[in-house]
Amino acid sequence: MAELTQAIPTRTQATAYTSARRRPLTYYAGRVGFWLLIVAILLYTLFPFYWAVATSLKTSAELNQAPPLYWPKSFDLSHYDAVLHNGTFTAALKNSAIVAVASVLVALVIGSLAAYAIGRFNFRGKQPAMYLILSMTMFPAIAILGSLYDMIRLAGQFNTKQALIFSYTTFTLPFMVWVLANFFRAMPAELEQAAMVDGASPMRAFYQILLPLAMPGMATTGLLAFIAAWNEYLFASTFTITPQQRTVPVAIANFSGNTSFEIPWGNIMAASVLVTVPLIVLVMLLQRKIIAGLTAGAVKG
Amino acid sequence: MASERLGISASATAPAGGRLRETAPVSEWAKARERLAWLFVSPALLVVAIVAIYPLIKTFQLSFTNARLGLGKKTEWVGLDNYRYLYHDQKFFDSLKHTIQFTVASVGLETVLGMIVALTIHSNFKGRSLVRTSMLVPWAIPTVVSAQMWKWMYIDVYGVIPDFFGNKLGIMSPGTALLANTKTSLWAIVAVDVWKTTPFMALLLLAGLQVIPSDIYESANIDGASKFRQFFDLTLPLLKPAVLVALVFRTMDAFRVYDVVAVMKGQSPDTMTVAVYTQNTLVGSQRLGRGSAASVVIFVIIGVFAFIYTRMIKVEEG
Repeated sequence: MAELTQAIPTRTQATAYTSARRRPLTYYAGRVGFWLLIVAILLYTLFPFYWAVATSLKTSAELNQAPPLYWPKSFDLSHYDAVLHNGTFTAALKNSAIVAVASVLVALVIGSLAAYAIGRFNFRGKQPAMYLILSMTMFPAIAILGSLYDMIRLAGQFNTKQALIFSYTTFTLPFMVWVLANFFRAMPAELEQAAMVDGASPMRAFYQILLPLAMPGMATTGLLAFIAAWNEYLFASTFTITPQQRTVPVAIANFSGNTSFEIPWGNIMAASVLVTVPLIVLVMLLQRKIIAGLTAGAVKG
Repeated sequence: MASERLGISASATAPAGGRLRETAPVSEWAKARERLAWLFVSPALLVVAIVAIYPLIKTFQLSFTNARLGLGKKTEWVGLDNYRYLYHDQKFFDSLKHTIQFTVASVGLETVLGMIVALTIHSNFKGRSLVRTSMLVPWAIPTVVSAQMWKWMYIDVYGVIPDFFGNKLGIMSPGTALLANTKTSLWAIVAVDVWKTTPFMALLLLAGLQVIPSDIYESANIDGASKFRQFFDLTLPLLKPAVLVALVFRTMDAFRVYDVVAVMKGQSPDTMTVAVYTQNTLVGSQRLGRGSAASVVIFVIIGVFAFIYTRMIKVEEG
């Protein structure tokens, strides 16, 4: 990526230079248009989040003001205070953390082994196994919602975290195997050959040489799977029913006010900002890896 | 190549393998590796079989029965009754129509807007990486959160959207309830999806743009080709594979839309998509058999796109 971006300046500079000489006026009009476009893109992508932050900082009186205030005057933190003392929301934070971490850990342990085998070994049945995993990254969760519900109910696990961990494995595991297999495949073949020449067993070659090298890739993939599990809504809203068992997305979708007619927008936005800021930070840290990961599986939040 | 005999899937840049002699330990190693490979793959395959394959088969099976959730009633085989029911159910057809409208509109808009954004960001300017990073913000926000954010922005009196476009710009009547209005609600939801996914589309297309060698544009410039001609004659044909992959991938994703619709409009018939219909039939009405039939319909439609997608992306070592 770095080399590619380096190559671009020469082209644009050359273009800018020639057009500036030929027709300066259109050139400047073009530059202004270009920067207006950039500003428009920034406003479009960032405004809704700004609005959530602004809303969360307004007082209840300011929230009920029409036309709305485009800039909050008071920077009131009472919505944050309310949300952090809301038992349902704090329970949801805990539930989401447990469910997401558990399903990612299961997928990491089982998935990295399978990914290693698929990425670096030739064995009979490898291709069907690969296609199976790939198709699992794409099939719609709604297709198995009813039968999973039935299985969970029969196992007596309805409205539990186990039910969610179990069902989240349907997307965390295939995603993990698929992305990590590509990761293992990209490692140089000499690694194992050297290990073999030194008389190490394939098992040893895996956990002493390849696994440590795969750690960064596993961390990134794990974080992406964590985000997907953290954001999941369909299973979470179907397999849990009591407020105490809800995960964060379900809690945010079902925030209720003092009466059923009153929607506590200030609190909803404060909760939204609280759960979104860590995600935005994570995504920014991982931005290079994300595009590759996204195309490899259904991780859209 | 010896590396193949070793059972190592050598990457294209693996020159060292040729030097190894074919000796007894090598085939020993290969055998051990094959055994180990299966040992490593089987837990994952087992879990996938339990959490995905079995439920999938079960869904097909249930779709031919009158199974209900939670009731003690005996489940009976009803043949194609559920499918027949769906075929005659106006609500199901409406939900299918909404899903297609949603998919076509949002994927289409995302592609066009994503292309504009990608081409803009592709040029070199100060703050380029900042703009690129900021584009990840909508993607990073959970769908449920973005649905709530937009729902709040759409509210007729206190919402920022009716105020800005109604009072400030005057391009729609002030106080319009875009999300509550039957005629506009689906498009209001499309707008949320477009906002959330355009950056992702743009980043995919940008990745495609960056592998186009820059010297072809230099010669086009020397030949005096206009920017428009360069785009349609050079960029677009070269970008076609990336665009197609992104299109199919997004279509697959859009067709199963659930979160944003369920959070913004619940079970409202104006915006009900097939996923919402199915979830409601399964859980709301507890009709496991009929809901499973709807699940199968979604599965088959997405399956077609998934098949096209797997043909399009290169499955390495395939």
